[in-house]
Amino acid sequence: MTTIASPRHGASPASAPGGGGRRRRPLRGRLLTIYTWLVIVWLCLPIAVMILFGFNDTRGRYNNTWQGFTFKWYGRLFQIQDLTNAMRNSLVIALLTMVVAGGIGTMVGLALGRYRFRGAGATNLMMFAAISSPEIVMGASLLSLFVTLSVPLGFVTILIAHVMFSVSFVAVTVRARVMTLDPALEEAARDLGAGTWATFWYVTFPMIFPGVLAGGLLAFALSIDDFVITSFNAGGTTTFPLWIWGATKVGLPPQVNVMGTLIFAGGVVLAIGTAMAGRRRS
Amino acid sequence: MSARLRARLTPYALLLPGGLWLLIFFVVPLVAMLSLSLQQGDIVNGYTMTWHWQTYVDGVRQYHEQIIRSVVYGAVSTVLQLGIGYPVAYWIAFHGGRRKSAYLFLLLLPFFVSFVLRTIAWQFFLSDNGILLGPLKDIGLVTQDFHILARSAAVIGGLTYNYLPFMVLPLYVALERVDPGVVEAAHDLYASRVQAFLRVVLPLSLPGVFAGVLITFVPASSDYVNASILGGPQNSMIGNVIQNQYLINQTYPTAAALSFTLMAILLVGIFLYARALGTEDVLEAAAR
Amino acid sequence: MHEHIDPALLRGLTHRRASRRDLFLLLGAAGAGLALSACEIQGKKAPSSKQGDVRKYWAGKQKNGHVDFANWPLYMDPKHPELKKFTAATGISVRYKEVIRDNAPWFAKIQPRLAAGKSIGYDLMVVTNGIEFSELVELGYLAPLDHTQLPNFTKYAAKKFKQETFDPGNVFSVPWASGMTGIGYNPQYVKAPPTAIADLWDPKYKGKVGMMSDSQELGNFGMLVNGVKPEASGPADWTNAAAKLKDQRDKGIVRKYYEQDYIKPLTSGDVWLTMAWSGDIFQQNVSEGTNLRFVLPEEGATIWTDNMMIPKTAVNPVDAIMLMDFFYDPRNAASLAEYINYVTPVPSTRDIIRSDAAQASGDDKKSLEQVADSSLVFPSEADYARLHSYRPFENSQEKQQYQSVFLPLVQS
Repeated sequence: MTTIASPRHGASPASAPGGGGRRRRPLRGRLLTIYTWLVIVWLCLPIAVMILFGFNDTRGRYNNTWQGFTFKWYGRLFQIQDLTNAMRNSLVIALLTMVVAGGIGTMVGLALGRYRFRGAGATNLMMFAAISSPEIVMGASLLSLFVTLSVPLGFVTILIAHVMFSVSFVAVTVRARVMTLDPALEEAARDLGAGTWATFWYVTFPMIFPGVLAGGLLAFALSIDDFVITSFNAGGTTTFPLWIWGATKVGLPPQVNVMGTLIFAGGVVLAIGTAMAGRRRS
Repeated sequence: MSARLRARLTPYALLLPGGLWLLIFFVVPLVAMLSLSLQQGDIVNGYTMTWHWQTYVDGVRQYHEQIIRSVVYGAVSTVLQLGIGYPVAYWIAFHGGRRKSAYLFLLLLPFFVSFVLRTIAWQFFLSDNGILLGPLKDIGLVTQDFHILARSAAVIGGLTYNYLPFMVLPLYVALERVDPGVVEAAHDLYASRVQAFLRVVLPLSLPGVFAGVLITFVPASSDYVNASILGGPQNSMIGNVIQNQYLINQTYPTAAALSFTLMAILLVGIFLYARALGTEDVLEAAAR
Repeated sequence: MHEHIDPALLRGLTHRRASRRDLFLLLGAAGAGLALSACEIQGKKAPSSKQGDVRKYWAGKQKNGHVDFANWPLYMDPKHPELKKFTAATGISVRYKEVIRDNAPWFAKIQPRLAAGKSIGYDLMVVTNGIEFSELVELGYLAPLDHTQLPNFTKYAAKKFKQETFDPGNVFSVPWASGMTGIGYNPQYVKAPPTAIADLWDPKYKGKVGMMSDSQELGNFGMLVNGVKPEASGPADWTNAAAKLKDQRDKGIVRKYYEQDYIKPLTSGDVWLTMAWSGDIFQQNVSEGTNLRFVLPEEGATIWTDNMMIPKTAVNPVDAIMLMDFFYDPRNAASLAEYINYVTPVPSTRDIIRSDAAQASGDDKKSLEQVADSSLVFPSEADYARLHSYRPFENSQEKQQYQSVFLPLVQS
């Protein structure tokens, strides 16, 4: 006679991790596992396609059908001058954004995390608004400003836009880090006679550095991939995502796949590297 | 300068560059856009401020289809992401073990490839005679004129794909905080697995659901890249209209009015949503 | 990462402020109102050009040895033989970029730079006779041409191309090529060749039809399918045409509204038939080995002229005008027409192409003879009777009215 697990029974099967008998749990648990892996595969599918077609031995203008395996595009990476320029623009802008947004964002994060002052609420609100605003509204409004003031669009306006939307992300990251710090350490430094600048540089900054680094890397990543805000404010200058967008109409050359693959690989290596470094430190 | 005064001024000094930057390039542009939306004219003859509120009415009347469609697409893709992403977040949080961060990393892997490139890869994959449909058509499983692209399903699929990690991460963070001891306690109190989930885990994860929906719905409904690459003329979203008006037609007043309308709709949505779950949560999300 | 907000802070953020704040708010709003109205943008309309302007513009300009040329795709042999010949003859290097895909996006891209008086990065560009060209003229963004530097044009261009209504006297532009908009289709998927614009509305091609996003191209086809001549159309005709086009779109027949990028989907089968430009189909077949076909529909087709012009802020205008004139040498014009298959403004090329055909052999001979006899490259008077130009506009109100009717169709 099969006993149905009823709440009346003492050691109810539900309380034991085995569930309703040893056989059921592994299947249900396994189902969820399979599902999760399916989702992960689905997420990575277009990346696989992109990487694969960077090795396509295509002869015509279009990289549409598989025609054979080759490494030649890796050698001819910088063959298309416009693409190389666009890539260079993207990298330079991302680096500058990282530095500028990283700098002023850290300052804001310090202010918000450490001090109580009037206007903190308004600043928090502004940060929140900048993070959650739709990109198209941010880009379009910035363009409206530039149009009204007749500012010529180009490299500088792209940089301004990128710093604008990165600052809040950096500030929030740094603030989170700052709030976990023990103010006693800084007080101790000051008790030992260190001035404000020395305290900051030798005590505070090393402690918040992981937050600053994370914020800076976040700014870099956001900037190099930004499309919507950039397309509104770029004028004649092209960045990597903008070039891709323009080139889809005539067909993407394999060099784009290769560049995408290299950026992907670089990002992965960087992420794994920081994770391992972090683990080693702790 | 006394130390006291300096201490009082430090936060303001720190705040100044960043705050000023955001003020000038985030807040002021919104004012400029509002101003532009009330002007009339064209490139050749210039624009004059006439407080022409009619532009808003005309814009909404002409493009209400796209506005509604954007909200619908955004909502559907958000719900889909919740449905797809919640089990994944659950699995990683409860069954991830030591390799939790590795799984999260795998989840974030697509972000290492440019957004535009990811979407174009999908367009390539789903093209009419491409990798997926070509063989199906050759076998005859599907008619010759069948197409996945240029349909709302393709656009919603693209939106769901591109913003899924935004949904999973907050869900994971919230689920990870759930003490497994609480779940065990529920089991000890004779709750079935389903009951334990519905009455213990799910309510505890609601802040994560709230945050996830918030950071997913807004970008999804204002997106235009997915609609442009994967969609057809009947799938255009309000983002496409705004982009066209600004960058190709250069009809700035209408474009600005539509942009403002979109922002207003989303803001109203957020605040209604926050009201439904309590104002504190909005600020908590802000503080995070 | 989960911080609790200090309840005092939370209270401070949410409780109602004192009434003095309200007064400030009011004053602030009033100030904002003033600020908003101060944000007006000046018009950029330029005074009309006079003969003295030509001398003024070209005074002191010199040959620099380089020219940046922006053009549409499929308007030159990819190996650029004519440009190489030009460089060999004059020593001027040419940077040729196929960056123009449609008039409206190109205009939107260059307008801000021209408005700011900056170079657009190109000294020579090719724009169609239409709304954008007339705006370029109105805004004074084009350099008036010095015809003393265009001897080949004066000598060899057909009279027809010197009397165009959109630029009488060729003050700002000289034609590059003329072309026709018809229907391109892929016979692999379209068994019964389309013969009329109405075929683009056929429900059996649902989701497989391409239309153009240019408002003047689209409007013309909408009017022609209704039996209206675009040149003589009025606002009522436009509304009817827009309704017909909207019907096509709402039924899901249109796959997408294209700029010049219809050629790739037509090749890959995403689209089976589409509005297309005459020479594109031919060139695609030659360069990619496809088997696409082009047809002029029976209701009529559109003819347009793409023109070379020099933006006012060009860095190398003298080199640009030399390149302009180079393409009016019949030998060079023939070389161009042989490849691009568009209507050439130099009629004497026909004989040159015939003699080239006589000297060639095999496939080359056949294709050259085809070009020489093609009504797509050398249309007869009878052909011209079936072709319609864009609707010309008297003033900017008409233009805006037209745009407001057709642009909403293509928002995508």
